[in-house]
Amino acid sequence: MAAENSGGGSVAYIQHHLTNLSVGEGFWTLNIDTLFFSILLGAFLVFLAARVGRALQTGAPGGMQNVFEAVLEFVDGQVKDSFGGKATNLIAPLALTVLLWVWLMNFMDLIPVDLLPAVAHGLGIEHLKIVPTTDLNTTMAMALVVFALTVFYNLKVKGVGGYIKMFLFHPFGKFFIPVNVVMTAIEELAKPISLGLRLFGNMFAGELVFLLIALLTLGATFSAALLIWFPLQVVLDLAWLIFHILVITLQAFIFMVLTIVYLGMAHTDIEH
Amino acid sequence: MSITVTLIAQIIAFLVMIWLVNKYLWAPLSALMEARKQRIAEGLSASERGKHELKLAQDRSSEILKEAKDRAAELVAQANNRSNEILEEARNNAKAEADRIVAAAKAEIDSEVNRAKEQLRRQVSEIAVAGAERILKREVDAKAHEAVLADLVAQI
Repeated sequence: MAAENSGGGSVAYIQHHLTNLSVGEGFWTLNIDTLFFSILLGAFLVFLAARVGRALQTGAPGGMQNVFEAVLEFVDGQVKDSFGGKATNLIAPLALTVLLWVWLMNFMDLIPVDLLPAVAHGLGIEHLKIVPTTDLNTTMAMALVVFALTVFYNLKVKGVGGYIKMFLFHPFGKFFIPVNVVMTAIEELAKPISLGLRLFGNMFAGELVFLLIALLTLGATFSAALLIWFPLQVVLDLAWLIFHILVITLQAFIFMVLTIVYLGMAHTDIEH
Repeated sequence: MSITVTLIAQIIAFLVMIWLVNKYLWAPLSALMEARKQRIAEGLSASERGKHELKLAQDRSSEILKEAKDRAAELVAQANNRSNEILEEARNNAKAEADRIVAAAKAEIDSEVNRAKEQLRRQVSEIAVAGAERILKREVDAKAHEAVLADLVAQI
């Protein structure tokens, strides 16, 4: 809590927390913290998976294997619901990756907002943003991969002609071809953009609320007013924290379901 | 928070993550679960089969039991018949033996009677001869009248 002056301090505090640790300029900026934490969490996930995978038990699974099996079954169920058995081998692992990885990255939001930045500050690192999903680059990266796969499967299932036909005749039939092209293009582009922005927006807003709650006692000295603000802060923080457990899970789930749905839509042939 | 080269790095990271999750989590675990599903299905069908076999064995055992009971009843009936037969035979044998004994006894009695008759006849002839001697007061020449005497004996 290194804000000396209270007035402009809050703005500076928030801005400080929303700045990535980065190298480079302009487009060539590399957000080190985003990459570090997303890869760290990914490695953690793969480590857990590999540890479970080494000691798989067919009979009575215990502990972590149970968790993974339950998640896997859940994801598989979602995929089967959308695809009805004709899913390729890529869809389900992709959905599982999205769910687990996004959830883990979202989970970083529950770590007290000042804890790791303070530690980093002690180590001489000026800026640190620990939630990778509050970086638009992360969410858009995943959304774009999903978009690329959507286009790929559209071309694969419908064929090039079918894909073009979808643009030409889709919402309104053959007499509105220019309108159709614009409408379908917007529809198709809106999918990845909304997918990426939704997760980013939710996580960013959640992070911001944590910061605002932290602001309540920012730079406070011991006083009578603190006796009111401090308990209020604790209660608010706890409430938002508990609520946020739901939000991070829900957002991970939504991202996964939409991934499956978009890919499922790419797999369906147009009937008319 | 603008789009930068981080996006590309994250795309690569995401693709690698998908690959890793598939390799270390999805593939082994789903294969395992599939195998387990198979095993459960096999177990269920095996138990079904076992039940069926048990039912068959029960049917067979009751059939065998029934057969054995029938056979036992048949044997008892046969034994009863045989004992009746033996009884009947013994009775018949006893009757035949009794008849035989009675017949033998009768035959002996007959021969005894005949012998007594013979003896009686001889004695009567002797008495008749003695009486005739007395009547004639003189000794009849047995040799001379042998033919008469024999005739006399034959007449008695």
